[in-house]
Amino acid sequence: MDIELMINSFPKLLIATITTLKLLSLSLFFGLFIGLLFAIMRLSNNIFLNKFSYCYSYVFRGTPLLVQIFIIYFGLGQIEYLRSTIFWIILREPYWCAIIAFSLNTGAYTSEILRSAFQTIKPGFIEAGKSLGIPKKIIFYKIQIPIAIKQSLPAYGNEIILMLKGTSLASTVTLMDLTGVAKYIISTTFSPIEVFIVAGGIYLFMTFIVHNLIKLLEKKFGYQI
Amino acid sequence: MIKLKKFGLGLIISLFLSLAANADQIKIGTEGAYPPWNSKDASGNLIGFEVDLAKELCKIMKHDCTIVEQDWDGMIPALMSRKFDAIMAGMSITDERKKKINFSQGYADEVASLAVMKGSKNEGLSTLSAVNLSEISADEQATLDVLTKAFKGKTIGVQTATIHQNFLESGLMGDVKVRTYKTQDEVNLDLTAGRIDAALAAAVAFSDYAEKSGKAVVLTGPTFAGGDFGNGVGVGIRKSDQKLINDFNAAIDKARDEGIISKLAIKHFGFDASM
Repeated sequence: MDIELMINSFPKLLIATITTLKLLSLSLFFGLFIGLLFAIMRLSNNIFLNKFSYCYSYVFRGTPLLVQIFIIYFGLGQIEYLRSTIFWIILREPYWCAIIAFSLNTGAYTSEILRSAFQTIKPGFIEAGKSLGIPKKIIFYKIQIPIAIKQSLPAYGNEIILMLKGTSLASTVTLMDLTGVAKYIISTTFSPIEVFIVAGGIYLFMTFIVHNLIKLLEKKFGYQI
Repeated sequence: MIKLKKFGLGLIISLFLSLAANADQIKIGTEGAYPPWNSKDASGNLIGFEVDLAKELCKIMKHDCTIVEQDWDGMIPALMSRKFDAIMAGMSITDERKKKINFSQGYADEVASLAVMKGSKNEGLSTLSAVNLSEISADEQATLDVLTKAFKGKTIGVQTATIHQNFLESGLMGDVKVRTYKTQDEVNLDLTAGRIDAALAAAVAFSDYAEKSGKAVVLTGPTFAGGDFGNGVGVGIRKSDQKLINDFNAAIDKARDEGIISKLAIKHFGFDASM
């Protein structure tokens, strides 16, 4: 064990953690909107919207994240026509390719989490709202959404943690995130154990924070229904 | 019950026998993704210059060899953790690597070159045709200055943990953005896609790709050798395995004398890269 190497690589890995956190927060932000949109589509009675949403979540949950990143990064990059369009400004950058892949992936899982949360709301609550003459929109925002949040928190916390670890795949498309920099240090020192232990420790610490944050939120929304 | 005991005994004996048979067996690690040095054919078999050479060297050494695949970025750690006993993967002999492992004598020469897409502004730069970084002459410095100016602020792709990455990061080519990839294939893909302005690798890696893919990848600037680029390609071996290094050195001597290395080099590279 080379303790000195571990201490020396720690600050470099910590700086790389910023990239990891940026990737995670942006993907979760976009993913939440995508997830909400597709959950609502899934609950709609329109057969086209319903099936489209089903297919989306089926495809993105049924294929590995690594494959999705490769298709978006290396795959789309091979289409010559695409390279002459305005989309290339975004797709040219590995950073945005990773964000797109992560967002679409977490969006699929989030849509399933939200859908099941909406579906578990007892019809009685909505009927009670209706019988009091509360408009449908208000019922959605004031009754359905808060209950859905409470229902989905534990599963969503899980999704955040999975996504946090998923961001390590960004290193496969040349991004220097926590894993990317760890690999870089290993490529010059040839000492994988030391560096990966430090990198793993940083991931573990981040998971610890997310886990407790979700616990706190669960308590906050933990009123009985 | 007796039958079962006999079966068990037989199993144990055969296990020992197979262990004994393993004594003279060595494993050679290669990447299988760096044509024409080493790569895979359509059905997944390892092929290339080093795969052929490894078989020849093993024949000379009378070792029973198996060639195994290993990702480039884990090559040296895998050797050190005894996943295999020797590396033959287009690995140049450099001082940095010598800190961790030993090398046999070099068996082939590798020159590096920059590549760009046809039509790029940096195609056909007027430079020397070759630069040796061991001792940089005034002319060679002028060539490096031309490159520094031409690639200022440009993104250059290289495979990770290579001599090419070390060179770009050494600052001899000034202020370039280095983007690292896991394999040379990925470097080639992004060069063709236009995500990177240029790439640096073994010259033969680009000509091989251009020929096989039909993409308009062209070499530009000088070829590089010496300095960060090391002194030829050798067999990487653990420092504790002095005997194996001696074996390989003797085998390489013999293969060179018999013209085996030249023959294989001409077959795979199109010219004699033996050394």
